[in-house]
Amino acid sequence: MKSALSNIAIAAMLLAPTLSHAATTEFPARRESKGATLRIASVTDLPVFRPMIDAFQSRYPDIAISYEESTSDTLDVVLEKACLEEKDFADLVISSSLPRQIWFVNEGCAEPIDEVAQGGLPNWAQWRNEINGLTYEPAVIVYNKAAIPPDKVPRNRFDLIDLLRSSNTYNGKVGTYDIERSGVGYFFAFEDSEQASTWGRLLESFGRNRVKLFCCTGEILDRVADGRLLFGYNVLGSYALERMRKDNRLGIIMPSDYTLVMSRTAFIPKTAKAKAAAKLFIDFVLSREGQSILEDKMNFTSSLRGAEGLKDQLTGGIDSLRPIALTPALLVPLDQEKKRTFIEQWRQSVNPDRGP
Amino acid sequence: MIRLSLISSSVAFRLVIVVTGFLALAACAGVYAAYSYGRAAADQAFDRLLTGAALQIAERISVDDGRTVVDLPLSAFELLSLAPDDRVFYRVVGPRGNTLTGFDALPLPTAETTGNKIIYETAYRGVPVRAVEVRRRLAEQSISGQTAVIVAHTMDARAGLARDIAAKAMAAVALATLVIILITFWATRFALKPLDRIETSIKARDPTDLSPFTGKAPREIEALVAAINHFMGRLDSRVRDMQDFVADTAHQMRTPITAMRAQTELALEEDNPQRLKATLIKIRRRAVGVSRLMEQLLSQALVIHRSDTVPLSKTDLRRIALEAEREYRTSSLKQGDGIELDFPEDNVPVMCDPFSLREAIKNLLANAFTHGQPPVTLKVEIKDGFALLKVSDRGPGLSAEITEKAGDRYIRNEDKPESAGLGISIVRQVLNSHQGELFTWRAEDSALWLGFRLPLAKEGADA
Repeated sequence: MKSALSNIAIAAMLLAPTLSHAATTEFPARRESKGATLRIASVTDLPVFRPMIDAFQSRYPDIAISYEESTSDTLDVVLEKACLEEKDFADLVISSSLPRQIWFVNEGCAEPIDEVAQGGLPNWAQWRNEINGLTYEPAVIVYNKAAIPPDKVPRNRFDLIDLLRSSNTYNGKVGTYDIERSGVGYFFAFEDSEQASTWGRLLESFGRNRVKLFCCTGEILDRVADGRLLFGYNVLGSYALERMRKDNRLGIIMPSDYTLVMSRTAFIPKTAKAKAAAKLFIDFVLSREGQSILEDKMNFTSSLRGAEGLKDQLTGGIDSLRPIALTPALLVPLDQEKKRTFIEQWRQSVNPDRGP
Repeated sequence: MIRLSLISSSVAFRLVIVVTGFLALAACAGVYAAYSYGRAAADQAFDRLLTGAALQIAERISVDDGRTVVDLPLSAFELLSLAPDDRVFYRVVGPRGNTLTGFDALPLPTAETTGNKIIYETAYRGVPVRAVEVRRRLAEQSISGQTAVIVAHTMDARAGLARDIAAKAMAAVALATLVIILITFWATRFALKPLDRIETSIKARDPTDLSPFTGKAPREIEALVAAINHFMGRLDSRVRDMQDFVADTAHQMRTPITAMRAQTELALEEDNPQRLKATLIKIRRRAVGVSRLMEQLLSQALVIHRSDTVPLSKTDLRRIALEAEREYRTSSLKQGDGIELDFPEDNVPVMCDPFSLREAIKNLLANAFTHGQPPVTLKVEIKDGFALLKVSDRGPGLSAEITEKAGDRYIRNEDKPESAGLGISIVRQVLNSHQGELFTWRAEDSALWLGFRLPLAKEGADA
């Protein structure tokens, strides 16, 4: 596939064509052993992920783990390069950057993992027995509870569009991802555009209200919490929910018209050295023990539990949740022509006013 | 070897083997056809999927501000996802042959075609894929020319569908084969039931019952039953002949031997040398008679045996008559007696067993010498399509009663104890197996003629 990389990604590639620059943390085997080191390439913050590594190592004390954390854009570049050149770079990849993951599998660069206990995984959360969705993460709208009275909280995108139209209060007070800088932001925006015709009207009202654009989830959450923003649109729900538990100034809406759900996926590159250990790890995350660590210690919902795990936070019914299936259709957002036209239209609509 | 003998001995087994062989061939052909059909059906179905996706993409090629642009439709990929585990590749080529978007490594078709669609198989980075190229001609003011959309996928779903179809067909074929074999086995058993019935009825018979089998037999084995019946008929007549022979012999021997015993006892008590000699002469005549009787009995046994077993051959009757005359003359004729021969110039061909016929003629000669008066004449001639053989003598001839019974067994002239009385009976038996006929008559010159006639052998009949 033609290289379809954002400017940021190209910069990252020029600076660091491998993961060597990434923050790597070593977890030596708990017991003296000659076992292989399992190299996990991930985009999840280590403090969030650490409980899983701890639990895995107490179960398998012979396996040493090397956790290589990077941004999804950097990881995407590394994945593309490694696949096309058939280079070894990690034993297990866990990322939220779905399209590039699917591309990697579609190119035949992933290893089949039949023996993994993926029996319970729903159809949408796996493809070709090579890639498995581990988590269930909704795209949500966050709002500032102090500024939005409960009776005015929009339940869905139609309510939001009406609210944004109703007064000038929200001018410059709505934030979302800058899809030219954020991979997950582009992906959610793209999926939005394919879901319903509300997308066009939403973009229009974003433009009218001089929407603020950000690279990262944290920035949006910070600003909504302290009132610099009133709404944050399409925020990755796992982070928002975690923040909400600690910060009661934040409110969360899972739009009742539809709520996109994406999954953090795991696969084993064909070039991996510690394939058996990588399979054990996926197995472990999907096991009962792994699920409870995901949910209790990492504040994720397991893909095995799915909607069931989110039902307390739902705004609409359970059928408003739309998990994004792992299929080759995810190659479309990667298409260079598609991406170019999409970003062009988006830019025209939102008339970007980049956030500070 | 056990298996071979089993194969040749069981009709049902042979039938099942043959049927199974043919069915195995048919099943192989069926499975091959099913797999080919499965492949063709899977190819057709999934080629349509590819074509549909390619057409959807081609529809979204447009010219914008002097540039050819492609707005890849998600629906095309959702369509391709109907082959759930297959990897998908695409490439859009612009009017100048440049790749607008997609996978550069996906090969273009090599074959030239004038149509709008080519389906071909190629490899993407070493993995075999099936691809379709759909062409669309752009006719805008700024850009005109041909664009091409290539959509390809791996063939897991096709192979899966083909395997599925073939597996189902194979199961059906296997079931049908099994059923047909069972039916064949059952049908054979059913068809051969009449044989069991015949077997049971033969087994249940009295050991002495050699009568023909009269039960109903299927048309296919009528010939077999007829052969069995014919065989039993021969066996029956053989057994009866044997029984008759034993009974006759016992009866025949008893009288002369009893007489000889009485005469020897008389001789033992006889003091008069003159009378003793006369008695001894009588005993000697009896002994000669018994000896001739023995000869005739043996000759008769031989004739009976040969009548059923020896094939007839084409022989000249004159030669047999001559041989019989010579044998009789050397073995039995007293000095001074002679036989006049009267043979035609030409060959007299008859179908016969020469040995039996010779015996018959010797018996006729013996009869003439025993009962008649020399000179004895042996005559062979051809008359009305028959070969005639006649023996004449000048004796008084048989009485009217005896003439009537001529040929019956043991009608003996008690005045001549050395006669065995079997001669004419042997002649008659020989004639029976030769389609011949015995007859007697008195000629005008008061000669007594006794003879037979045989059908002449046809020209060209095998010798």
